[in-house]
Amino acid sequence: MTKDEIKKSVDEFLIEELEIEPDRLSDNANLKEDVGIDSLDFVDIVVLVEEKFGFKIKAEDMYNVRTLSQFYDYIEKQIQ
Amino acid sequence: MRRVVITGMGIYSCIGTTLDEVSSSLRNGRSGIGIEPCRTEFGYRSPLTGIVPIPQLKGVLERRQRVCLAEQGMFAYVSTKDALADAGISDEYLAKNEIGVLFGNDSCAKEVIEGYETIKRTKDTMMVGSGSIFRSMNSTVTMNLSTIFRLKGINLTVSAACASGSHAIGLGALLIRNGLQDMVICGGAQEVNYLSMGSFDGLNAFSVRTDDPTKASRPFDASRDGLVPSGGSATLILEEYGHAVRRGAKIYAEVIGYGFSSNGVNISQPSDVGSATAMQRALDEAGLSPGDIDYINAHATSTQQGDATEALAIKRIFGTGGVPISSTKSMTGHECWMSGASEIIYTVLMMKGGFIAPNINFERPDQYSEGLNIVSHTVEKELNVCLSNSFGFGGTNSALIIKNL
Repeated sequence: MTKDEIKKSVDEFLIEELEIEPDRLSDNANLKEDVGIDSLDFVDIVVLVEEKFGFKIKAEDMYNVRTLSQFYDYIEKQIQ
Repeated sequence: MRRVVITGMGIYSCIGTTLDEVSSSLRNGRSGIGIEPCRTEFGYRSPLTGIVPIPQLKGVLERRQRVCLAEQGMFAYVSTKDALADAGISDEYLAKNEIGVLFGNDSCAKEVIEGYETIKRTKDTMMVGSGSIFRSMNSTVTMNLSTIFRLKGINLTVSAACASGSHAIGLGALLIRNGLQDMVICGGAQEVNYLSMGSFDGLNAFSVRTDDPTKASRPFDASRDGLVPSGGSATLILEEYGHAVRRGAKIYAEVIGYGFSSNGVNISQPSDVGSATAMQRALDEAGLSPGDIDYINAHATSTQQGDATEALAIKRIFGTGGVPISSTKSMTGHECWMSGASEIIYTVLMMKGGFIAPNINFERPDQYSEGLNIVSHTVEKELNVCLSNSFGFGGTNSALIIKNL
């Protein structure tokens, strides 16, 4: 899966499943402050990532993931 | 003495989802009972159930609100939104005033079962998602209503089996009467999905009269063979009388009596003594004698023993041949945790419409209902004071008396 395909897939579930406005999604957007993801949303993101990408996010892995761009990179690294 | 009045109502049931639709169903004796074939495939004895549509709330509520709502919570959201609108309560009013919520609910079976299946399949608790805990707790209805409507008063769920909704109203009235609250949202909600009623079906408690579903629920009739499960939600806005007058609210009726008791005997068998005690206490609180009651909305669910015991209890207090009686469960089925609240709404609609809704399918009394004035066809009648019974497993009993205003 290419980086663009990962980005498309993540943006898709953020918009469709978490109902986040598309204009809030940009590479440098902060997941908490700009995208608006809270601790409950994070649980649903774990479920969606496992369903779509086949691996389980570890909470400790996310400490350094602050932006959407970093999140795409994290997923890419995990599925390689 | 602070008086308690009903200033708003909302209903979401198998006989209608608006007050007008429900009033029309009650007047015309329209049943909301049907067949859900998946129940038989799942292992039920009976596929009969009240047919209640699932509300579509996408675009109405935010995602975070929706994922925390179980089925009965969705029903309760709609009935409560409608009740608040009916009472003239705006979002601005909700933000600036202290309003409580007391709702009857006594199961979250679908959410618990589905959560279990997900964890068992994935071996991972997180896979149930963020909303599961809020959908599967018994207080799911009140925790959701209080956050959606920004309520800041009393906030708790009443779990008292099939008397839950009735006790919620009685307790709300007590809080207002004692000056602890000016306004409380009261009601009852009941999930109606096939996962919620299997264990009840397993007690042989449900009717298997599947040839004509609308004839299956027949309280007090000699040929009754069991109840029909049903559900939905009913919401009433209870308010202190002076408070209602000052804000120019429409007033439907006054809650003048709440009687309760516990049988203290058997977990599933009712008691005519316990039931009669609740009715007598409601009469005592209202300062009335049995002859003052114009109509009884019976608890009668269409089971052999339950209806017989209630008939005996009514005879203990009211004698025979006098007060008109009907069980609206003949049309709605047994709305369980919701029924004590919905049946107050049905009774208020009768008061306002000047009629008694029929106990449909009552064709022949048995030795217990013989001598009671059970209304089998709609009667045009002015109703001033009415009593509504609710009884539940574990021997919990509640009786409410309301007065037309």
